[in-house]
Amino acid sequence: MTSVALRRPARGVSLGPYVVAGLILLFLGAFLVVPVLKVIQVAFQDPGTGGFTLVNFQDFFNSALFRQSFFNSLYVAGVSVVIATVIALPLAYFTSRFNFSGSVIIQTLSFVPLIMPPFIGAVAMQLLFGSNGSVNLLLRDNFGITVPFMDGLNGVIFVQSIHYFPFILINLSASLHNIDRSMEEAAQMLGSSGLRLFRKIVFPLAMPGYIAGASLVFVKVFDDLGTPLLLNVNTMLAPQAYLRISSVGISDPMGYVISTILIIFSVFAMWVSFLGMRGKDYSTTQKGGGGIARRDLRPHEAAACYLVVFLILGIVLAPHLGLLLLSFGTVWSFSVMPDGFTVAHYGTALTSAGTFIKNTLIYAGLAGLIDIVLGTAIAYVVMRTGVVGRKWLDHIAVAALAVPGVVLGIGYLRMFYGIDMPGTGQPLATWWGIIVIALAIRRLPYALRSCTAALQQIAPALEEASENLGASKFRTVRRIVVPLMAGGLVAGFVTSFATAAVELSATIMLVSSENDAPLSYGLYLFMQSAAGRGPGAALGVMAVLIVGLATYLSHRLVEKTRRDRSTPENSGGHR
Amino acid sequence: MQNRFQATMRRLGLGVAAAAILVSAAAHAADDKLVIVTSFPTDLTDVFKTAFMAKHPSIAVEVLNKSTSSGVKYLIETAQNNQSDIFWASAPDAFEVLKGESLLAKYSREVDGIPSDLNGYPINDPDGRYLGFALSGYGMMWNTRYMDAYSLPVPQEWSDLEKPVYHGHVGISAPSRSGTTHLTIETILQGEGWQDGWQTILAMGGNAKTITERSFGVPDGVNSGSFGIGVVIDFFGFSSKASGFPVDFRYPSVTALVPANIGVVANAPNEAPAQKFVDFLLSPDGQQLLFDAKIMRLPVNKNAYDNAPEGLPNPFDGSIKTEVNFDSDLSEKRYNVVNSLFDVMITYRLDDLRAATQAVQQAEAKLEQSGAANAEAAALIDEARALISALPVSEAEALDPDFNAIFKTKRKSKDVKVEGRQAEIEQEWDTKVIRNYSLAVELANKAAGML
Repeated sequence: MTSVALRRPARGVSLGPYVVAGLILLFLGAFLVVPVLKVIQVAFQDPGTGGFTLVNFQDFFNSALFRQSFFNSLYVAGVSVVIATVIALPLAYFTSRFNFSGSVIIQTLSFVPLIMPPFIGAVAMQLLFGSNGSVNLLLRDNFGITVPFMDGLNGVIFVQSIHYFPFILINLSASLHNIDRSMEEAAQMLGSSGLRLFRKIVFPLAMPGYIAGASLVFVKVFDDLGTPLLLNVNTMLAPQAYLRISSVGISDPMGYVISTILIIFSVFAMWVSFLGMRGKDYSTTQKGGGGIARRDLRPHEAAACYLVVFLILGIVLAPHLGLLLLSFGTVWSFSVMPDGFTVAHYGTALTSAGTFIKNTLIYAGLAGLIDIVLGTAIAYVVMRTGVVGRKWLDHIAVAALAVPGVVLGIGYLRMFYGIDMPGTGQPLATWWGIIVIALAIRRLPYALRSCTAALQQIAPALEEASENLGASKFRTVRRIVVPLMAGGLVAGFVTSFATAAVELSATIMLVSSENDAPLSYGLYLFMQSAAGRGPGAALGVMAVLIVGLATYLSHRLVEKTRRDRSTPENSGGHR
Repeated sequence: MQNRFQATMRRLGLGVAAAAILVSAAAHAADDKLVIVTSFPTDLTDVFKTAFMAKHPSIAVEVLNKSTSSGVKYLIETAQNNQSDIFWASAPDAFEVLKGESLLAKYSREVDGIPSDLNGYPINDPDGRYLGFALSGYGMMWNTRYMDAYSLPVPQEWSDLEKPVYHGHVGISAPSRSGTTHLTIETILQGEGWQDGWQTILAMGGNAKTITERSFGVPDGVNSGSFGIGVVIDFFGFSSKASGFPVDFRYPSVTALVPANIGVVANAPNEAPAQKFVDFLLSPDGQQLLFDAKIMRLPVNKNAYDNAPEGLPNPFDGSIKTEVNFDSDLSEKRYNVVNSLFDVMITYRLDDLRAATQAVQQAEAKLEQSGAANAEAAALIDEARALISALPVSEAEALDPDFNAIFKTKRKSKDVKVEGRQAEIEQEWDTKVIRNYSLAVELANKAAGML
């Protein structure tokens, strides 16, 4: 079944898919394309005359600094994918393959790195891994050496890999759970086992999930701003764009030129990853078999597995440990541990945290929901219908990855501030719903990749069967496709939700009243003064806990439905 | 929504109650509002908000916290339907940008005790679009544990930061990122002259561990111990120390004192409350609040210093020397060129600059160690040092209005044609700078090889 190019049967031209595609396009147009174009049009303007020109792009390629930045970004993104894979693969495999007590907890914990609160996460990382952080202070005192974890491009790779590997983990795990067990059994009967079985059968079958995750990591790292800024690495594309866009006074068109190039390149990279998947069919008809067979571990195997898992978790969760220490510490400066411990910071943080937490849950939750609905719709239109130009929906949505938050924020202000909100008479841009939409747009690519991967693993035959039995297209999607995609949908929701909960760059442009502000804004408030570091960390810990809890519950939900589905009395029919 | 509705109801309720009690107080608007866009931390804004609302209970103050650059962009983008009343931030250049966009209303106040300028730097905008409310001086902040661990002496003057002993221990922000850093750089340039000033700046930059992306990154790094010494504005140092961090701060003997500002936004929906807030800020009561332990800024009102806490200097009695007569016209003329030049030579090429600086420092140390006079090596080292501080642009060119126009995308009118583009110029500079830095390394290594 694999690697056989199946030509999708041509379907009759019906209006339904066009209506859905049109609605999606309208949404993306109004909230992504037009606002962003309104801002980056400067890239196509002659700074001297204001007329249309491509001379700015010529300047980009003529500049040694920009060329170097481009290659640095490319290098960092590429190597980060490799290292993120090395981290994610064992975690995904062990928890899917073996009966591992606490698989859910491991999957939840290893997801937490995605939730790195802005600013305060950077401080925690510096205090632990910086050139005068805990680790290096210990190394220097005991061995007289230091390791530059956080210096230069390699520092960026280190931080990015442990920050973004969950993209691979979560998508790969979802894929592994969807593999038809009979494929594996067939291979075993034919004598394959162990690593060979994994390399030749299991991993290739889980390819859609891996590619979804890896391409996300690549593009995200390529476009990411936070980490290079935290390490003060300027010679990469995203920080170059940001520094030029956000400096006071000068309005250098190059910032927008770089943004445009980031967008084009991101779409290009996604297209390449799509090419890699073309001509291959990963769908299997058997569903609900619980994925690859699980087996119990022998004691020494279990010990080895636990060792690897805890080693990885230890490294990737270190920043959050630092955050925890910071939130309980009194003063932590040039020392291995804080000078003393206190709970006072939580008291300070809690005075303002209530509204922030409530807003964050509402905003990120709504954004996550919008994302999986849009994601499923886009994935379905792209893969299952013959709508002309349907791939562009995917490309446009992915472009959101490369749009700096500040550009989207400015675009929204430019577009929606002049329009009054019906009823209140306040500008539409000051309505909290606009923040939700901004978050949804920014995180849509995450959910979209998960939805696409999930849909790729469902055989169209199942839908055809449903339609042959007389179900309408809508009923088929609702009763067959969506339930089968559940794992991928949860993966998508969780990634969107968790990362939206700590988004700052677009939020800070759009917040127009403290009552409407989410947690990340509260964090920003604290992180502007020396006294705010402790309470900021406390607020950061709360953010991580809340999002972590939500993630854990989602995982539990998926596990439960999966178990329900694969119980013997149910496994007779495809559900 | 629910919340806002409730808040409004509560406010209305309060207003009605107040009106009922003060029957005669017809002037009391029941539901006055004031929206302040600011870059100041809540530690500062809360103090003023509470005190102001105690004095004017009918005015509900809403504080919107945004970084200086997003605050400026926010006001520009929302001008079409403006809802903000006051812009309140440190950097005078942010106000200049808003003024240039005609987004600030004219509102000036004569207050007894507030002089018009301090050593040539005007405290208030001469056109009356924004007003200074507090003074801040630049200085050096250091982490005492860090200095002990690396056995570093405490620096006294700016020029100390050029010494090899501080190589890799200094943190500074970039003038294009931080308006206050711009003023420090400009002060050094005006005090020492274009060429010598840049030599100092580049020597300090060559010792930098990092160029931070925002002003607060510098005190943050010193507090953590990421680097030992930071060039910061005074209140960052005072407030970090007050928060318990093992840090200290001092002014060098020559520094710049700059005002932090406030301005009323043009077409403010609540103009009268906005003006009341400005009046309050400049009044003796308001000025006293700056002495709050979490704020620690220097009032612009001379009379406020009678109650100054211990250790806070009074700029009006000469406790802080500001030898430079700051020429704000000169600063304005070359504003963008200075920012861009700093980024091209230091921010974006920090690794190359550091390598060149270190090579020269090592060659020099070797020369000193050898004891013998080696004229040839000494000449090579001098040449290398000259290469590091060789500027791609002359002072005359930096002041040329036509050249400066390249760095502004806003044209005065459609007919103005600008020759050249910023990216083109920067690429030209970059090529020269990179060549100079690598040549400097070569020469310094050659000199070291002779010893």
